[in-house]
Amino acid sequence: MENIATIDWDEIDRIIEKYDASREALLMIMQDISDMYNYVPPEVIPVLVEKLGVRKSLVYSVATFYKTISLEPRGKYIVNVCTGTACHVRGADKIMDALQDHLHIKEGETTDDLLFTLEAVRCIGCCASGPVITVNQETHGGLDRATAVKTIKGYNENVS
Amino acid sequence: MSLKPMEKTRPDQATAKLENKEALEELRNSLQVMSREKGKRLISLCAGSGCGAYGTAKVHKALIAELAKHGIQDDVEVKLSGCHGFCEKGPILVIHPEGIFYPQVKEDHIPDIVEETIKNGNLVKSLVFKDPASKQKISHEHDVPFYKLQKRIIFGNNGLIDPTSIEDYISVGGYSALEKALFDMTPGDIIDQVKKSGLRGRGGGGFPTGIKWATCARHAGDRYVICNADEGDPGAYMDRSLLEGNPHSVLEGMIIGAIAVGSHEGYVYVRHEYPLAVKNFSFALKNARRLGLLGENILGSGFDYDIHISRGGGAFVCGESTALMASLEGNPGRPRAKYIHTVEKGFRENPSLLNNVETWANVPVIINKGADWFASIGTEGSKGTKIFSLVGKVVNTGLVEVPMGTSLRTIIYDIGGGIPKKKKFKAVQTGGPSGGCIPEQFLDMGVDFDELTQVGSMMGSGGMIVMDQDTCMVDVARYFLDFLKEESCGQCNPCREGIKHMLQVLTDICAGDGKEGDIELLEEIGDMVAKASLCGLGTSAPNPVLTTIRYFRDEYEAHIRDKKCPAGVCKPLFYYEIDAEKCTGCTLCARKCPEQAISGEKKKVHRLDREKCIKCGICYDGCKFDAIVVK
Repeated sequence: MENIATIDWDEIDRIIEKYDASREALLMIMQDISDMYNYVPPEVIPVLVEKLGVRKSLVYSVATFYKTISLEPRGKYIVNVCTGTACHVRGADKIMDALQDHLHIKEGETTDDLLFTLEAVRCIGCCASGPVITVNQETHGGLDRATAVKTIKGYNENVS
Repeated sequence: MSLKPMEKTRPDQATAKLENKEALEELRNSLQVMSREKGKRLISLCAGSGCGAYGTAKVHKALIAELAKHGIQDDVEVKLSGCHGFCEKGPILVIHPEGIFYPQVKEDHIPDIVEETIKNGNLVKSLVFKDPASKQKISHEHDVPFYKLQKRIIFGNNGLIDPTSIEDYISVGGYSALEKALFDMTPGDIIDQVKKSGLRGRGGGGFPTGIKWATCARHAGDRYVICNADEGDPGAYMDRSLLEGNPHSVLEGMIIGAIAVGSHEGYVYVRHEYPLAVKNFSFALKNARRLGLLGENILGSGFDYDIHISRGGGAFVCGESTALMASLEGNPGRPRAKYIHTVEKGFRENPSLLNNVETWANVPVIINKGADWFASIGTEGSKGTKIFSLVGKVVNTGLVEVPMGTSLRTIIYDIGGGIPKKKKFKAVQTGGPSGGCIPEQFLDMGVDFDELTQVGSMMGSGGMIVMDQDTCMVDVARYFLDFLKEESCGQCNPCREGIKHMLQVLTDICAGDGKEGDIELLEEIGDMVAKASLCGLGTSAPNPVLTTIRYFRDEYEAHIRDKKCPAGVCKPLFYYEIDAEKCTGCTLCARKCPEQAISGEKKKVHRLDREKCIKCGICYDGCKFDAIVVK
């Protein structure tokens, strides 16, 4: 699990500076931080409060309103099963079932070894290739149960 | 598969800032001459997200290596283009000037393509596209039925240009509309043209664009021109493909909009889930600034306008104008009541002109070809073309651009190739979670804003999800409400509570716990949610439920009264059985069943043990003889 000792504060400062510490950029700043750690470590919240000059309640409000921000640690690989309409009618729920069984976690959860987080996303716009999953920023299309599991196995040969 | 924009400076990219319109014209001429003189082979490989999901990056790498191996890398240009639209068959590779079309290209096809087609000028027969409908082999892109019946005035350049090259866009005539708007037209002229063209907003409601522009221009303040790229309707992805494949067309439209209303700053609000769109659009901004087409003193005209990119956080409601602006301001994206419209008081309490991606991309076309030309396409109330994402249970899935008024039948059957596996068409869902399901009886209806509203659905952003006999309409209604329950911002009671209760009723029906009176209850709550909700999300939320009740009431009744799901989707309400007449004893199902619920000897009728069956559907999907039936 990440802790305060491993946060690269210089990098956090650079991100805030990139947006001129603008209050309007709060979501973007949190998204950039999230790109680094796969979540927003709660330790950075007081820093955001101070540098952006916003209330703590606003930071929490924004962090919990938007789906792309998590305040809990997430896995190294974030697996998003697309559950958009096109993927739904082509059997996205079967892909979700197969991955839940394979990873032994439910939707929204993270594996104990912090390798995989399994989430559902509402359409990533690859509707012609459905059912689709994304693993971090890589997209895999035309899946069925077996190929979905195989794809995940490809990310870590040690995970059975 | 991350495809990086090619950041290296090419010889034709060393251009300095364009000081005036003559410099732009000169650049365009020299680029066109250069591309004619080159006269060399061009391989266009689709690098959109759809093809990317099928492995464009690997194919590209193999292609570059193979060309180098033959020592012909300088004679053949390879272009990573925008989305070609025929996403079902990705990755798509087209060889110009002939237009030779190879779908579903894999890395190990590359040696044959280079050896046979590039070097010897022959077709690789095994790779030629076979039309699923006519079973004919079709070797050239323009003969493929999927493309033949389209009218691609917005989307057509996607396959021809490298989206990361502003020079490519300029050489096909890009930024000539901007030039016209800056030097030959007054802001009033521009607004008049847009009004006369009859263009209506492509993002959902279909509000007349010209009227919106005129209203915004009338209100004083620091006006903002904003692009709504928060394409949230599940099943619609034309905006993503435009931003990824032809970002400059959107950008040019926005600059023209800024001239028209007098704005100097703008935003593109784009989904975080579209990383390639963010990347390509950022690159487009950078290049436009480099050439002086964006920023201060555009083309020496004295007009200033610049754009920032803001990434959304995965909230569907942020596609609504007031929520989007709240989000731009750094707040949670909650909508407000629109007593005062955003064209008067929007972003930072200033007049704000918001249009969606496809709407912006229409603007340069209107300015270039004129309002009359544009208005000659389409129907009485809906002008121009519309890009639909044709997805779901249809043979040729992909993005389809057709004139407004084209019939559903033409789109689904002639362009889309009909329903796969000879299954029966049931409905087409348009308009995303705010839209409705349209049954077979309306297949000959011409699609435009008004016709769709007439049958209880809406245009939305142009998603078209085809459903066949295996889709349960009650489950579809439940699916959309589940989506909307998650996405409701929770501010107003009718939407927050109403959707939740309708979802509960639908969930019960799907679980076999439906009661008499449930349908009427759904209609009653739906009516209240539609009338009393604060924003568009709530007022349109009951549409999927109400249209499925209107057209597929028998399916609801089968669930409630007979405890049956005729489509075989709601697990507690059906079982699988083997049709003894059809079963050939091929053993495929028995081998594939994960629960060993099917047994039987070779060439003898198999048996299915209902106690063991988990209704996963593997046998049903896999049987080649339709011997597994839903009961």
